[in-house]
Amino acid sequence: MESLGVLLLHPVNAYLEQELGRRCRLYRFWESPREEFLRAHAGAVRAVVGNANYGADAALIDALPALEIVASFSVGIDRVDLAKCRERGIRVTNTPDVLTDDVADLAVGLAIAVLRRIPQADRYVRAGLWKSRGDYTLTTRFSGKRVGIIGLGRIGQAVARRVEAFDCPVSYHQRTEQASVYPNYTYYPTVVELAANSDVLVVACPLNASTRHIVSREVMEALGPKGVLINVGRGPHVDEPEMVAALADGRLGGAGLDVFEDEPNVPEALLGMDNVVLVPHVGSGTYETRKAMADLVLGNLEAHVLSKPLLTPVV
Amino acid sequence: MESLGVLLLHPLDTYLEQELDRRCRLLRLWDAPLDRRGEFLRAHASSIRAVVTGGGSGGGGDAALIDALPRLEIIACYAVGFDRVDLTRCRERGLRVTNTPGVLTDDVADLAVGLAIAALRRIPHADRYVRAGLWKANNGHYGLTTQFSGKRVGIIGLGRIGLAIAKRVEGFGCPVSYYQRTRQQQAYPNYTYLPTVVQLAADSDVLVVACSLNEQSHGIVSREVIEALGPRGVLVNVGRGAHVDQPELVAALAEGRLGGAGLDVFEAEPDVPEALMALDNVVLAPHMGSGTRETRKAMSDLVLANLEAHALSKPLLTPVV
Repeated sequence: MESLGVLLLHPVNAYLEQELGRRCRLYRFWESPREEFLRAHAGAVRAVVGNANYGADAALIDALPALEIVASFSVGIDRVDLAKCRERGIRVTNTPDVLTDDVADLAVGLAIAVLRRIPQADRYVRAGLWKSRGDYTLTTRFSGKRVGIIGLGRIGQAVARRVEAFDCPVSYHQRTEQASVYPNYTYYPTVVELAANSDVLVVACPLNASTRHIVSREVMEALGPKGVLINVGRGPHVDEPEMVAALADGRLGGAGLDVFEDEPNVPEALLGMDNVVLVPHVGSGTYETRKAMADLVLGNLEAHVLSKPLLTPVV
Repeated sequence: MESLGVLLLHPLDTYLEQELDRRCRLLRLWDAPLDRRGEFLRAHASSIRAVVTGGGSGGGGDAALIDALPRLEIIACYAVGFDRVDLTRCRERGLRVTNTPGVLTDDVADLAVGLAIAALRRIPHADRYVRAGLWKANNGHYGLTTQFSGKRVGIIGLGRIGLAIAKRVEGFGCPVSYYQRTRQQQAYPNYTYLPTVVQLAADSDVLVVACSLNEQSHGIVSREVIEALGPRGVLVNVGRGAHVDQPELVAALAEGRLGGAGLDVFEAEPDVPEALMALDNVVLAPHMGSGTRETRKAMSDLVLANLEAHALSKPLLTPVV
């Protein structure tokens, strides 16, 4: 695919960038001002590679007349204008499956970290407080806590499997119940009911028009003063200002957050809280997975160039 | 058991202390200043028939204490580890000893897994990074870590806690192997037995200490074991600090001969080596393996139930001796 003009929107991964540079005609979007770049190269771009935070929106798609494929280095493609792509006949691929385990591991890791206050306790030790103040405060057990999952897709199922090993009863909400497939999991027809019946609520669904702010004030209050919210989906799944207020007031017990509405900005108020664990969108951030994701992007581009079936098409 | 004279060595738990005070004749060792403890014990020796002690830094029950209490009948440990109790002396004197197994198994196993994921995925480090404003300052960048799922987990000691850890990591697709004094192949066909700790370490990505502390297991995680675990290996200790050669551990971590560690216990709690506190590849916890409200209440109730059984000459619930 040496003649494939690929526009990389952001330096998302060194290995990916290297390979794109080696195997295609790579353009780096961040190297020159946008208008200048488009004037010079728009016609040569046949493929766009973005990620969770950098996607091909309508404006960019319109500016690239030769665009054939958008290959996202992410599983979530809420930043890609799918409707526009369908209109233009542009293919879209993502990176499902290869990152499922990592995101599920993080969700469970965050849940235990929040309930057992692992980062806070680590800070306590490093600040010399174990010596000067004595034992750390008692926390609450993770095993057996009721886990509610919004979205029982690949990631949701992987989370469910893991927490079952801790004897956590699992319930879920999604658009359709799947009782026959998951006889062990309890379905709730609304997110509020799911939250009311959970100790730990995990967001694991895709972001689209119907799931924006799916974790509303009402949901958070149903989860309650002893409830914990784990978000490994997208920041906009949660009404962030409401969440911050609920955590500050004690209406929501705690949260483990990998995503935020406006990354890398994190609400100031969260930075001083002891009942939250904050991580910088690292859900798929392991060497193993990022390499697999990069290989999947490359594999999709190559299939496209060879007119073979795409490996993981969304459109 | 209102007439049972109980000596509580440390202020372990408010609920426990309240109940002991309510139901027994409670004496608190820390009511006496450190330099007047001997006097205190002498003054009350004739009424003390039971001692309640903790694990970790709250642990007591050595020969000196036992010898100072001629009417002592039972030592009830508010912990599953009773390494601080002089069992030989207890047997000589015909003393009973109880601990709190079972009720804390889940919490310790949860913490072991939580520490493993926290160490491999650098959760506390990432949390510090965000709170320090570095995610923004570095334009959305954060480094990569390594996957937890599928990592080979080696467990030293496949007892209650070891088994609970094994069950949990299996949910992450982690192959499990173990070392202990006796092989249990028939019982656990899915777990691989290794005949030495060094071999276990060599074949593991994450090595978890979950055995009891005794003469044979003291220093079981030696320099050789640490080096076999290697520059990409992670040690998780939810046992006792004394299971590990601590100076060797610290040096190996600082020099990169060991990849990382999740530590809930240390040689001389609450002292933690300065050198460890400066490292990014470790997660440090203040001996909180059983530190949940649910479990501490259950542990307290088990201590009280053992004392009551003793006072009523009934079989002890969880005797060690």
